[in-house]
Amino acid sequence: MSTGAASVRVVEPASAVSPIPPPAPLDPDSREWVAALRGEGSKRDEAIARLHALLLRASRFEVARRRPTLPHLRGGDLDDIAAQAAGDALVSVLRRLDDFRGASRFTTWAYKFALYEAAVKLRKRAWQGREVPLEPESWSVFSSASAGPEAEAERSELLAALRSAIDETLTPHQRRVLVALAVNGVPIDVLAERLGTSRGALYKTLHDARRKLRDELSRQGLDVTEER
Amino acid sequence: MSDNHDLDRTIGRVLGPAEEELGCEACFELLDRYVELELVGEDADAAVPGLRAHLEGCPACREEHDSLYALVRGDRAR
Repeated sequence: MSTGAASVRVVEPASAVSPIPPPAPLDPDSREWVAALRGEGSKRDEAIARLHALLLRASRFEVARRRPTLPHLRGGDLDDIAAQAAGDALVSVLRRLDDFRGASRFTTWAYKFALYEAAVKLRKRAWQGREVPLEPESWSVFSSASAGPEAEAERSELLAALRSAIDETLTPHQRRVLVALAVNGVPIDVLAERLGTSRGALYKTLHDARRKLRDELSRQGLDVTEER
Repeated sequence: MSDNHDLDRTIGRVLGPAEEELGCEACFELLDRYVELELVGEDADAAVPGLRAHLEGCPACREEHDSLYALVRGDRAR
C-alpha cells in the first residue's frame, strides 16, 4: 500500500513502542501458505495460482459490495477492475511476503491487499471525469450553512467559530484538503491522485488541520469533545 | 431537523476524532489483526490502540475495514 506518511500520531507516545506487534507463531494453514510461496518449481506455481484465486475472490467481493453505487459501470468493466485489483494485489503480497508476521491468518492478511486495490480503483473510476471541487467558492457550501431557526445557541456559536478558525488558522493547503475531504466528500484516493500525493500524506494534512481547529475552538472555551 | 443533523455530521467530519489515532499506513498494517480480534470477541481496541479512532476519521479506511470484516466473517460462517 502506498499511503505515504506513516502513522499520523503514534498512540501512547510515552511507551515508545511500535504499534506493529512482534512476530507470532504461524497457524498451520498460514505456515503452509508461506512455505509454498517461498518454495520452488511447481509447488510454488501452484501456490501462486491458489493465491491469485483467493485474491480474485476478495476483489470480486469488494466490487459486488460497491456495485449499487456504480450504476453507470457495466458488468464487463467491473470484472476488469476486479481482475486488475487481484493482479496488483498478487504482486504486493509476493513482494511483501517477508512482512507477514503471523498477527493474523495469512488469508486475512492477503485479503486486505485485494480489498484495498479494488476499493481504490472503484473510487477512482466513480470520480473519473468528475470535477474535484478544490476552489475556494466550494467552501461556501459549509460557510453559508445555517444552524436553523430552532437550533441551540451552542451549535450556532460553534459553527461561527469553526468558520473563523478554518479561515484564519489553516494554511491554504490545509484548507483545500479539509474542504475537499471533509466538506465536499471527495474520496481521499481521488484527491491524492489529483494532487500528485499519497493517501497517507493527505491524511496527515487533514489530521493536522483538524488538530488546529480543535485547539482553536478549545482555546475559545468551546466544547469539542462530544461525539458528533 | 435533518438540516441540523446533516450540519452536525459535517462538523463531525471537519473536526474528526477527538482521540489519538493511527495514520492510514499503520491502519493498513494492523487491520487484519484488528479484524480477527473483533471476530473472536476480543478487545481489539485495547490491543490496537488508535485504530478505531482512525476508522472514525477516515472513510476510506473505514470502508476497507468493513469489507475485510464482512469477507472474513463470511468465510468463517461457511
